[in-house]
Amino acid sequence: MAPLLDVDSLAVTLPGPRGPLPILHDVSLSVDEGELVGIAGESGCGKSLTAQTLLGLLPAGAKVTGSARFAGTDLLGLDNRGWQRVRGAGIAMVFQDPTAALHPMLTVGRQLTEHMRVHLRMDRRAATRRAVELLDQVRIPDPERALRAYPHQFSGGMRQRAAIAIALAARPRLLIADEPTTALDVTVQAGILALLDRLRTETGLAVAFITHDLGVLSALTTRGYVFYAGRVVETGPTGALLTAPAHPYTSALLGARPHGTQTVGTLRPIPGSPPAPGEAPPGCPFEPRCRHAEPECGTAPPRLDPVAVDRSVACVVRPHLEVAAR
Amino acid sequence: MTTVQNGEPGAVTTTAPRPRRAHPLLAFLAKRLAITAGLLLGVTVVTFGLVNVVPGDPVTANLSDQALNDPATVAAFREKWGLDQPLWQQYLHYLGNLLRGDLGISQQTGRSVLDDLVRYVPATLELAIPTMVLALVIGTGIGMLAAVRNGRATDQIVRVGALLGLSTPPFWLSLVVLYVFFYQLGLAPSGGRLSTAFSPPPTVTGMYTVDAALAGQWDVAWDAAQHLTLPVLVLTSLTVALLVRFVRSAMLEVLQQDYIRAAYAKGLPTRVVLRRHLLRAGLVPVVTVSGLAFASLLSGTVLVESIFGWPGVGQYAYRSATALDLPAILGVSLFVALVYTLVNLTVDLLYGLIDPRIRLS
Amino acid sequence: MTMTAPDPVAPDPKVDRALTRRRWLGRLRGGSTGRPVWRQPIAVVALAILGGWLLAAILAPIVAPYDPLAQSADTYAPPSATHWFGTDSLGRDIFSRVVHGARLSIPLALAIVSLALLVGGLLGLVAGYLGRFADEALMRLTDLVFAFPQIILAMAVTAAFGPNTRNAVLALVIVSWPVYARVIRSAVLSMRGDDYLNAARLLGVGPVRALRRDVLPNSIGPAIVLATLELGNAVLLLAALSFLGLGPRPPAAEWGSMVALGSQDLSMWWVSVFPGLAILTVVMAFNVLGDALRDRLDPRYAKGR
Ligand SMILES: Nc1ncnc2c1ncn2[C@@H]1O[C@H](COP(=O)(O)OP(=O)(O)O)[C@@H](O)[C@H]1O
Ligand code: SF4
Ligand SMILES: [Mg+2]
Repeated sequence: MAPLLDVDSLAVTLPGPRGPLPILHDVSLSVDEGELVGIAGESGCGKSLTAQTLLGLLPAGAKVTGSARFAGTDLLGLDNRGWQRVRGAGIAMVFQDPTAALHPMLTVGRQLTEHMRVHLRMDRRAATRRAVELLDQVRIPDPERALRAYPHQFSGGMRQRAAIAIALAARPRLLIADEPTTALDVTVQAGILALLDRLRTETGLAVAFITHDLGVLSALTTRGYVFYAGRVVETGPTGALLTAPAHPYTSALLGARPHGTQTVGTLRPIPGSPPAPGEAPPGCPFEPRCRHAEPECGTAPPRLDPVAVDRSVACVVRPHLEVAAR
Repeated sequence: MTTVQNGEPGAVTTTAPRPRRAHPLLAFLAKRLAITAGLLLGVTVVTFGLVNVVPGDPVTANLSDQALNDPATVAAFREKWGLDQPLWQQYLHYLGNLLRGDLGISQQTGRSVLDDLVRYVPATLELAIPTMVLALVIGTGIGMLAAVRNGRATDQIVRVGALLGLSTPPFWLSLVVLYVFFYQLGLAPSGGRLSTAFSPPPTVTGMYTVDAALAGQWDVAWDAAQHLTLPVLVLTSLTVALLVRFVRSAMLEVLQQDYIRAAYAKGLPTRVVLRRHLLRAGLVPVVTVSGLAFASLLSGTVLVESIFGWPGVGQYAYRSATALDLPAILGVSLFVALVYTLVNLTVDLLYGLIDPRIRLS
Repeated sequence: MTMTAPDPVAPDPKVDRALTRRRWLGRLRGGSTGRPVWRQPIAVVALAILGGWLLAAILAPIVAPYDPLAQSADTYAPPSATHWFGTDSLGRDIFSRVVHGARLSIPLALAIVSLALLVGGLLGLVAGYLGRFADEALMRLTDLVFAFPQIILAMAVTAAFGPNTRNAVLALVIVSWPVYARVIRSAVLSMRGDDYLNAARLLGVGPVRALRRDVLPNSIGPAIVLATLELGNAVLLLAALSFLGLGPRPPAAEWGSMVALGSQDLSMWWVSVFPGLAILTVVMAFNVLGDALRDRLDPRYAKGR
């Protein structure tokens, strides 16, 4: 069966002050019905931009090539009307900062019901009834009262729960959660993650979970994609990615020791920073920061090649491959 | 009233909107009232000082040369207006009268300043109210359009237009408009509030269009409305220019907010996102600037009224200033300062009404 | 509050000042993003217009074909080859008067803005630095001035002091200094918030030196932007005052009073159209320039485009 979301060789170029800026290169990924997939990478690697592409929310003047199919629809060929049908009801999104993503001057109830009424053609009363259920589902106490509240009257964690409820309101099949816990306290994070997991098992919702923290993936996702400088540099089952990273970047992200006596370590910062769009070196984008770089790394960006069942890596040297293949 | 909670899950309380208690609002109003009173007092001091300390002499400004040569007339004039008393006594005297609601007698018109204001203020309001309403609607609409079309042709045209409007001298624009619409096209009357064929409707509000409509004199109302068009056109275009730039940049800022992207991401039609989400948030800065726009509108009326022969406060201010008519100047200043603070108060109250985050804070 | 020990080597004020200046000059040249002021097409047009007017002001006696005050029998002549902009009710050549008008409006606007900047800046500095009562008093005073529409207050002041050029300038300074006072004051206050001034005090740097070293360089950007935008406003207000007969005395070739002359007979459109266009172009040039400077110098606006 075809995956719910199938992205192939996606490339995105944004207009910059000094000409076009290539941001995403050759991104391929897929999410199955009811699957929880992780997308990880440092900040600025193009994770959010991927999400924006899948919702048709790119800034004006963006150029997109490649293909993105969702439930049989060609996303990239959609007109405004078509996008409006997919957004919310097909693909929904939870943003990183719930405080910024909720309208400060509209009640939570209004923000929960307005798109339900458009997508599900509900009347006010039915929409309100569903809103109460949703708030209950995301464990917001006293839902009737919460409907009348404004976002600023909620705590950070509650705001994110409300944002998740809003995203779920029009019964989407895929939820893209863009770093939904980054702005929250550690204790609150766990609650949100558990909530997402429960929703998946209860409703069969597919989730693409974006994070810059590889550690968060382990608890939650089945498969993962590692992004670097607008490319997928490694993909595979989350367990394998975390215990036996094959790409030097993944391993650096994990802060794991070179030959992988696989302690899932705490995040240790990688020296240097990812290249800005348009300033990537001609060869492997990770080369300037890579401890395993060889001369041939500088010639062309390595392709994402399969190295094992369900496992691909974009690295010509593959220093950890034996470990990964075992 | 804002409860921000970080603990989770535990005791989560939503403080849903409580019925508003009266007293924080009253306290707020009381404080503002006190400030206003202080401001008005300051205005009297400044104006009083200004007119008295400086070389100009109301006697020479108000009496003819012939009368000036007659010492008895001059002395009588001085005594009549209390100009023979020490300054501080004149001031206290004025303040005392003011507290009793007596603004004094205008040296120029010979009527009480209060009567003059009652006569001239409605004329100015008849210009200012439609201007403000039109300018807010048009300015918000165009500013929003320019923001949504950021950088494209529509936006460029709007920006150049606004720049032109801001750089145009109001008095010159009035003349140009008169030349085109009155002299060349004959589409509008040249000035005044009413054609000579009509007499003013019975006074209720003092605004001819409204009063005539109330009295059922539709022909008078129509004539008065025609007299309104050109001055309102000039004032509106200037005010719109001021608003557009502000609205545009405020809306641009809002457009970059996550909650606008979130609204699109929910699959809402563009029309709904713009009207409900963008407009709502952009209205806060618009309300803020409308106070400023109103002040600039009052400045504009001085010039526009003088060209269109519109007997409003602007003309009254001009005539009393040039005649050094102290009671009238003070009256106008107090009126203007009062309007200014009232507008600001309204702005603040509206602000709280639009943005739930700042209610009662 | 604990304060980190100040660097034993006190920063050299000269270096400091040079650095700050370079920072805003750098932004003027384009900084990290965008184009420098003189590469934005509309700003170039504005600069060209201003340059043209400045030249006209300087070279007026050469450029103007007639004496701006010379009356002739040829009254109300429409624009023609002999009188490009026509003549007014006294037969004076309008083109010559418009050109000579630049000699009044531009220098007077500069005078108004510099005086207002000086007065407002000084008051703002002192109030911000002293705080407490001085600050409160200044803020109330500015509130008071803001409570009058500018033109009404200016009108009252000019009328009271007597209508002439000097008093018009004085009146416009009186109505426009508070903006500068507020800008400079908030610059000083933000320094205080950053504990710069406290640190300076601890280092034994006197108030004057502290102000010169930290406050001035930091407030100069906003002040320049504001002053440029206010130049346009000053030209407009001055023209308005003289339109009302409260500016330079006739027969001076002042743009506002020339427009007023045209209002006597609408059919002679050229009498007021050309001086009005002169005002319009100068004000617009100042506004464009101010906007461009603001985009460059004021970080709050930098991202807007
Ligand atoms: N509107 C935009 N215009 C130009 N560049 C952008 C824009 N939005 C994002 N970028 C650039 O695209 C890159 C990817 O951004 P993003 O997708 O937000 O990264 P991530 O979500 O992985 O942190 C960044 O380098 C960012 O600077
Ligand atoms: S290709 Fe070379 S530079 Fe790039 S990650 Fe692999 S080893 Fe490092
Ligand atoms: Mg991101």
